[in-house]
Amino acid sequence: MSHEAASTQGAGREEDTAAPEAARPVPFRGGGFTHRRLGPVAPIVFLAIIALWEAGSRAGIISPIALPAPSEALGALGDLVTTGMLWKHLGASIYRLGLGWVLGSLVGISVGLMVGLFSLARAGLLPLVSALFPIPKIALLPLFIIWFGIGEGSKVATILFGTFFPTVIATYGGVDNVDRNLIRMGQSFGLSWLSIVRKIIIPGAMPAILSGFRISASIAIVLLVAAEMIGAETGIGAYILMAGALFALDQLIAGVALLSMLGLAIAWLIGRAERALLSWRA
Amino acid sequence: MQLILQGISHRYGGTNVLEDISFAVGDGEIVCIVGPSGCGKSTLLRIAGGLERPGEGEALIAGKAPEGSLNPLTYIFQDFALLPWRTVAGNVSLVLEDHGIETKRRRAIIDDVLSRTNLSDFAHALPRQLSGGMKQRVAIARALAVKPAIMLMDEPLSALDSQTRELLMDDLVALWQRERFSACYVTHNLAEAVRLGRRIVVLSRRPGRIREVVDIDMPLAERPERLVELEKLQRRVWEIMREEAREADREISDVA
Ligand SMILES: Nc1ncnc2c1ncn2[C@@H]1O[C@H](COP(=O)(O)OP(=O)(O)OP(=O)(O)O)[C@@H](O)[C@H]1O
Ligand SMILES: [Mg+2]
Repeated sequence: MSHEAASTQGAGREEDTAAPEAARPVPFRGGGFTHRRLGPVAPIVFLAIIALWEAGSRAGIISPIALPAPSEALGALGDLVTTGMLWKHLGASIYRLGLGWVLGSLVGISVGLMVGLFSLARAGLLPLVSALFPIPKIALLPLFIIWFGIGEGSKVATILFGTFFPTVIATYGGVDNVDRNLIRMGQSFGLSWLSIVRKIIIPGAMPAILSGFRISASIAIVLLVAAEMIGAETGIGAYILMAGALFALDQLIAGVALLSMLGLAIAWLIGRAERALLSWRA
Repeated sequence: MQLILQGISHRYGGTNVLEDISFAVGDGEIVCIVGPSGCGKSTLLRIAGGLERPGEGEALIAGKAPEGSLNPLTYIFQDFALLPWRTVAGNVSLVLEDHGIETKRRRAIIDDVLSRTNLSDFAHALPRQLSGGMKQRVAIARALAVKPAIMLMDEPLSALDSQTRELLMDDLVALWQRERFSACYVTHNLAEAVRLGRRIVVLSRRPGRIREVVDIDMPLAERPERLVELEKLQRRVWEIMREEAREADREISDVA
């Protein structure tokens, strides 16, 4: 009797697992909000826009007076390479950008850490940072020229100051966001103050510092061009200014393209740094 | 080593959190602290470990720490508190690095504690690759690495599922039988409390006062066999806590 009951129950269970005719898969709703690395998408978008533009110019839809064709800009770039001026301009710009940005970031991270760690620094420096951050640093260029000379000094100083403030803000924000429980853990194991800063606070603030780098690098490029437009003979900014004054639009586009490439290269470098330093984030 | 809490009171801003708490954790004793949510158990534990200064009263330690103890008062946290950017071995290494131990001996200690917690295969994994139970075992390995005299545990198992909790509980009991550490163990789970505690300190609702101390004079090793007696004790503790909750309810309806 009982055996029979058990066997019919078993059969019933089997029936349950077999799909009834109207069964359909549960609709999938879990996608999105995560990023995949789609390698070839970015170059395809770039090339498509340039191809459209070139086609428009050839067909006469885009007037050469309003906007020269990409091929003409490419020609101007070619001229730059053959005359050897490319490296002179690019070299001068990269030197100013590199020096100004690196110094600004180093000083910015140090001050940001101080603001994040010491009450006195926060009380004393934060209002100052807030007051000076919104000033367009390019407005101070004449001042910097008086202080640091008309040469490289004033340009580097402009970029340095432009980089400094966003780095301070990103760094101290990152320090504030470090999980307090991790700091408490460090204290509970008797770690020294320096160890806690080096091994817990700085790595914890690193994501914020690196995203600050992206912003400060863009600001640095904008300031670089502005500074070179005001007082320089070499540099991409000076080249663009000259081209603009002569209405040599092909050269102007070539110069702007150089800036974009510089920006892309920097973004790529920061991306590499993020992957190396933040691999723990999954 | 003993931990003695004397007349501890504490307040945050206008709210009294703890009121006149005194008890002692003897050598090799596990004292469990239970009480309603928000009654100040975590605060009490922070005060006991020197992470917070009490408003009144003091936390004292007596006796000598065992030979080679690097951090006599050691925490195990509810949320594990592992550095996400360090591997399992790196997380254990963190707490040894400040003690000037030569690299070779440090490696030996790390290998030893990881094998004692069955984590040797995961030495190079990052915390995000581990399950909750494994993360807490890493935290236990890290605590063992500094040879604690007194463990301060704030709901160490409450973030885990019940099966993992059972397994880790057995691990803890086995560990205690070997090392005889003293411990202050905060928990919500009365079954855990009667399984581990030599004494159970029952706190009242906020402001936390000692409502009752229940002694359990039964060796840890015998407890799995004497479940019926434990059950009775657990019910007694629950009665005390339920009364507490009822009184709280009554107060609220009085106000209304
Ligand atoms: N840093 C703090 N500042 C202000 N108030 C706090 C702080 N920490 C805790 N409190 C308050 O003190 C009271 C006790 O908190 P505590 O975390 O010690 O309770 P608990 O008993 O551990 O609670 P639970 O069982 O939920 O973990 C709570 O009301 C909480 O809001
Ligand atoms: Mg708590």
